[in-house]
Amino acid sequence: MLSVIDLEKTYETDEEALRGVSLEVSDNAIVAMIGPSGAGKSTFIRCVNRLVEPSAGTVWLDGVEVTALPQDDLPEVRRDMGMIFQEFNLVERLTVMENVLSGRLGYVNVWQAYRRKFAPEDIKRAYELLERVGLKGYENVRADKLSGGQRQRVGIARAVIQRPKILLVDEPTSSLDPETSRVVMALLTDIAKEDNIPVLINIHEVSLAEEFSERIVGLRKGKIVFEGTPAELTEGVRDHIYKGSPISEDSPVKETVSTTEVPNLREIDRAGIRG
Amino acid sequence: MATHIEPERRTWEPPTAFANKTVKWIVYAVIVVFFLWSAWGVRISFDRLLIGLESGANLIQSMFPPDFGPRQLNLIRIGMIETVAMAIVATVIGVVISLPVAFMAAENIAPKPVYAVGRFLISVSRAFHELIVAIIAVKAVGFGALAGILALSFKTVGFFAKLLAEDLEDIDEGQIEAIRAVGGSRGKVLLYGMIPQVIPRIVGLTIYRWDINIRHSTIVGIVGAGGIGITLLNSFDRYEYDFALAVIIVIVAIVLGAEVLSAVLRRRVQ
Ligand SMILES: Nc1ncnc2c1ncn2[C@@H]1O[C@H](COP(=O)(O)OP(=O)(O)OP(=O)(O)O)[C@@H](O)[C@H]1O
Ligand SMILES: [Mg+2]
Repeated sequence: MLSVIDLEKTYETDEEALRGVSLEVSDNAIVAMIGPSGAGKSTFIRCVNRLVEPSAGTVWLDGVEVTALPQDDLPEVRRDMGMIFQEFNLVERLTVMENVLSGRLGYVNVWQAYRRKFAPEDIKRAYELLERVGLKGYENVRADKLSGGQRQRVGIARAVIQRPKILLVDEPTSSLDPETSRVVMALLTDIAKEDNIPVLINIHEVSLAEEFSERIVGLRKGKIVFEGTPAELTEGVRDHIYKGSPISEDSPVKETVSTTEVPNLREIDRAGIRG
Repeated sequence: MATHIEPERRTWEPPTAFANKTVKWIVYAVIVVFFLWSAWGVRISFDRLLIGLESGANLIQSMFPPDFGPRQLNLIRIGMIETVAMAIVATVIGVVISLPVAFMAAENIAPKPVYAVGRFLISVSRAFHELIVAIIAVKAVGFGALAGILALSFKTVGFFAKLLAEDLEDIDEGQIEAIRAVGGSRGKVLLYGMIPQVIPRIVGLTIYRWDINIRHSTIVGIVGAGGIGITLLNSFDRYEYDFALAVIIVIVAIVLGAEVLSAVLRRRVQ
């Protein structure tokens, strides 16, 4: 289980990207984080595996306090967190197989990494995963020869082969066309379900979030302004997350947003407009 | 359009790189004056020029026909083998030293103090002409190929590490990040995230530098650092100008051959 408490991040530019975000992703849940551009979604995900160093707050993953670890221990905890990127971030000049197996880099030494000597069961698993994501027979194709959709499938395989305790997914479909986006999302969520991996996924397209997640978190200006099921994500709530308009009195979602949270939000929004 | 009354503008001047016309003319005048002053400084008289031309003509005359006799051919062969061998050994040694230096000199990879050291090493290597380095090497380790190899390896670092460092500075961060995210240590990030991105460049630069080193290793012999240059110098010392021409022809052929081979190979890796 991933548990994030009061996470804050202020960049060197004084940009307050996260202003106290708390979130739990329980075992095999699929949680989608939505919000306008600049809300802090990517920052949040990257603070979880400390690609970005949080300014305050704590991150726990299955009893390990990630935020308390010294820099040298990060590789070990990152083995338990699979990450999938918007731009795929495959190693372009390596083959599909090398890219998938790079998900096991945390389990070999540098010499074995150099010689591409991965455990036989990892190689077997890599073949299975390639078949699972529909890339059977592509193992020796170089990553830079693949289409966007194919790249993201490799990206999924690379993250899943880690056997992670959580999948951190940052806008997996933003570089893909709508048709491919749905296929990739379906594949990702299916595999996560099969393997019992909880997923935290940033996503721009609300419709995809509604279709593929069980819980939606709305982030706005570095704060969580909504948390609920896809059904609770009404037009009003959506406008609130994306445009900052106040939630109307008869909004059915009002109860799901904690009563202390709502007035706070409005203040922040007004402050935002003034600033 | 035709009825539109805007004053007609019939003159146009190209914008200049200078602040204005006066500055432009001053700069031109300074250049001309500087040239005249330099010419006055060396003061080559017309007579001197004539003498020079005459002795030049004599030299060329005594060079023909080039002497490819058996003794000469043998000397050329020995000298040329040494030259090519020096170039290959110096390229390998130079590249091996350059690789860590390049990573040190890449701003996005190395911490500030390490970066400064890397840049300093490159600057030192680039500061001296290969002949100066070769003279020092000859003084240090004596005449012969060893001095040449030292000098060329040293010069290789300045070239190779500088260009590779520049390439490292604009590699794709996303690929590096992905390897960090799976739990890759520093060494694995280097192996999977960085090196694959610059491998073609490393191969290309190595070939390119090998071809430059061939060219340079023909010349360092002039100061005693081994190779065909010594053969050439000896031929002049003994007034065997026809032999000298033979050596020059072989040098040109080998250098051109290496250049063509290098160009073909580099195209294939890209
Ligand atoms: N490296 C950085 N340095 C400084 N500021 C940053 C950095 N990365 C992000 N920010 C700022 O932090 C805020 C949150 O950015 P973030 O990328 O987390 O948003 P996002 O919700 O992922 O947006 P998008 O939907 O556009 O990806 C933005 O205002 C952004 O400008
Ligand atoms: Mg983002």
